[in-house]
Amino acid sequence: MTAKPERFDAIVVGGGHNGLVNGAYLSRAGLKTLVLERRHVVGGAAVTEELVPGFRFTTFSYALSLVRPDIVQDLDLVKHGMLVHPLVNTFHPGLDGEHILLGADAHANYHEIARHSVEDAEGAKDLSHRVARVCRALKPWMDRIPPNVLSSDPAEIAELAELRDYMTGLDSEVREMMERFVTASAGEILDEYLDHELVKGLFVSSGIIGSKVSPRDRESGLVWLFHKMGDFDGQPGAWGFHKNGNGGFTQVLARAVEAFGGTIRTNAGVERVLYDDGHARGVELEDGTRLEAEVVVSALDPRQTFMRLVDPSDLPADLVSHLEAYKFQGSAAKVNFALSGLPRFPGLDGREDIYQGFTNIGPTIPYLEEAFADCRAGRFSRRPFLDSCIQSTIDPDMSPPGKHIMSCFVMYAPYHLAQGDWDTERSNLGDTVQETLEEFFPGFGDLVLHREIVTPLDIERLIGLTEGNIFAGELFESQLFFNRPAPGWNQYRTPIEGYYQCGSGTHPGGCVSGGPGRLAALRILDDRRR
Amino acid sequence: MPKTTPFHSRVEPLNQTGIWKHWYGYLVAPQYQYSLNAEYYAIRNSVSLLDTSPLFKYRFAGDRGRALLERVLARDVGACRVGRAQYTCWCDERGFVIQDGVVMQVAEGEYRLTSAEPTLRHFRSVTRQMGFPDDTVEEISDDFGILALQGPHAYDVISRLTEAASPLKYFGVAQSTVASCEVTVSRTGYTGDLGYELWIRSEDAETVWDALAAAGKDYNLTPIGTSAMKMARVEAGLLLLGVDFNTSRYAWVDAQRETPIELGWSWMFRKLDEDPRDFIGRRAIEAEIANRTSRWNTVGLAVDWHAYECAFTESGIIPPMHELYTESTMSLYRRGGKQWDYAGYASSFLASTLLRRPIGIAKLPLDLTEEGSEVDAEITVIRQPKYILARVERLPFFNPPRKTALMNGGAS
Repeated sequence: MTAKPERFDAIVVGGGHNGLVNGAYLSRAGLKTLVLERRHVVGGAAVTEELVPGFRFTTFSYALSLVRPDIVQDLDLVKHGMLVHPLVNTFHPGLDGEHILLGADAHANYHEIARHSVEDAEGAKDLSHRVARVCRALKPWMDRIPPNVLSSDPAEIAELAELRDYMTGLDSEVREMMERFVTASAGEILDEYLDHELVKGLFVSSGIIGSKVSPRDRESGLVWLFHKMGDFDGQPGAWGFHKNGNGGFTQVLARAVEAFGGTIRTNAGVERVLYDDGHARGVELEDGTRLEAEVVVSALDPRQTFMRLVDPSDLPADLVSHLEAYKFQGSAAKVNFALSGLPRFPGLDGREDIYQGFTNIGPTIPYLEEAFADCRAGRFSRRPFLDSCIQSTIDPDMSPPGKHIMSCFVMYAPYHLAQGDWDTERSNLGDTVQETLEEFFPGFGDLVLHREIVTPLDIERLIGLTEGNIFAGELFESQLFFNRPAPGWNQYRTPIEGYYQCGSGTHPGGCVSGGPGRLAALRILDDRRR
Repeated sequence: MPKTTPFHSRVEPLNQTGIWKHWYGYLVAPQYQYSLNAEYYAIRNSVSLLDTSPLFKYRFAGDRGRALLERVLARDVGACRVGRAQYTCWCDERGFVIQDGVVMQVAEGEYRLTSAEPTLRHFRSVTRQMGFPDDTVEEISDDFGILALQGPHAYDVISRLTEAASPLKYFGVAQSTVASCEVTVSRTGYTGDLGYELWIRSEDAETVWDALAAAGKDYNLTPIGTSAMKMARVEAGLLLLGVDFNTSRYAWVDAQRETPIELGWSWMFRKLDEDPRDFIGRRAIEAEIANRTSRWNTVGLAVDWHAYECAFTESGIIPPMHELYTESTMSLYRRGGKQWDYAGYASSFLASTLLRRPIGIAKLPLDLTEEGSEVDAEITVIRQPKYILARVERLPFFNPPRKTALMNGGAS
């Protein structure tokens, strides 16, 4: 006896932040919406897990900046508990006791940088202002569906013309700067504004985050810019910590989905999308259950969306070949620590506030280049770059009283190892990270109560991000905007009618913006009105 | 030379900014650290500690003290039982507000009152009219320091030091000891969050501060200045004397005076029928309620976020939001057709980082005070006026369950 399959208006595959945003918008529009998550917890790469009693680990992503303001307003996220704490300080330690500690006061920051180079202190201000102007100019295009360059639809051609007019309407300084970000590496751009190695080291790190590039590779310019596209409290490029980590944020999104009448099911992995005659019909779960819906949205990455959930042989050949060339090449890992106390930095003993933000371990560009040389050779960096933070110094709910939780984002850890495999290299990676921290914070090892190591392979296995790429595909020009994930298929539709994509592999991309989820929902709702 | 509070030896070294201001003649820190937001977020995310000692403090004792309060305070002080506190106000004979404050009955017939401005002479003159001795009201401002411990982890901190808070109802008051010093603990505050205020004998101030600082260490207890407190109080819908209203006592004309009803405090008089007292201003207040003669009401105003953002982005700049709190007047106009159709104004304005939208406290004529009423707010963008949509909202803007939750030992 087979029961009649359950029927929904829309099914969202994947309960990461974009799936949840998408599901919330669809529910809000009155669609009977189901969000399916394979794991026991929603959030995808934005989860907080209590691996040791009292210690809340931000297993994968760990900070927020690019969340689209429209989403916060439209989905009433504050009502559902959204609370992002500003980063109080940015700490950039050197190896010789040197350091840069930036805080909330621009003038104090000037003097802090001036300790190293007076001209750099001014250069950093000039750079920040220019970048803020570029970001403001690009922002409207983050929040709308990019034109389809392959389309002959007059509406699309008009959109392209509008974009061209908009860009030529910008003043030349902004246009030139935009051009630089596409054509120059983060390192080269910084060379124009900064001179001191330690200062450059602090500013350059955004150019490599999550990307298989050296700070001197051309692609790092755009990666750098991408990380400045967000804001905190209207401050361009500023980041914050969500209450209870990024998992706290996705719990807020889950509440929004449910408040709008949507349904979320966990432990419900999707085996495949059902379709016939080029129309989506529903999904089949891993346990064989079939669910029906005319709209199916994949919040998974492009590889999964097009190559696993559907049969690629049903797709146009040019799309498939594009997707085969689409670069994932995950190169980042996480090592998270439960600590019995705060690390000590020589010279700043007793200063607990230095950890109330990002601690940027990767003092200079040459340090990062050396780290990348390992990556290029197919091994993880022997002295890695670490973007670390101890959120418990701000949010007491992250750890037991007096103890701390430290998140370390690790570069580089290439998905493809030249020798050995990640299952055997996992603990070596953990040791390497710990040894690196020991170099900067003598005595660090004595504080470690527990260690969580998340390799690129773990990222892929646990949350399905292909090759562990944290952005669901590299943030390279060839994979952004018109081209994300492929030219002609950058507007959230797929060749199968009713089957859509809304993951970070679509515009505007990764970094927990929710933009793909929102824009895909707008596309779906618009298509339904036609 | 400014006066200092009993906590000065403790707060002075904590002030990283070196910036001080004067609060009615006392030296206080508007902000201790470079990040005002960090202090603000301590109120909403962890726990904050604020020195509010510059408040004026008065003691009323015995039956005469109670009779005096019954005569002066507009809200029924009879409802303020032993171990309870009450937000209240006092008015002139014409029903205009002189001041607001918190009254508490700490023991049978033993009352205390806080007030932002001095008011001893006012109470004394009523005392004499009533034929009571002068000591019916006594100023105790210098005898006590006051600390406000506010934020989601306030209970975790206070409960490490005293049993008095386990539980202590919202607006409850208890006598207790902290670090062997006598203190009065009340479940009150000016932030709209979970919180406590402690009255501490001046000579014990440093001991109690140290005890609180130690107990709060694991909860990111953050000393905060007056700026963060003011931001939080807008979200909590709490009015500030000198900003959202002025005392009738030193007003020149009635346009500067406001009645409690006009200040949005009609809830204080919900049970006026059952309140037999002949308090100062009663007749005027009754007439205002009966005849609906209020000139305006005080309401929450939420500026439309999209309109706010657009007003700036259209001009090519980023909308200012960061740590934006102003006490300057923002004009409000009726929408539709007519130009310059002035309706009222917002007194406090905050780009709320917590609520992710700009909010204010506004005065509007009665036909515009319904929830959802729309007005145009005048803002300045690159030195030019722009008019943006704003809507009337019920105060408070932020009202978390923990504010009034009965905390009795469970984790917050």
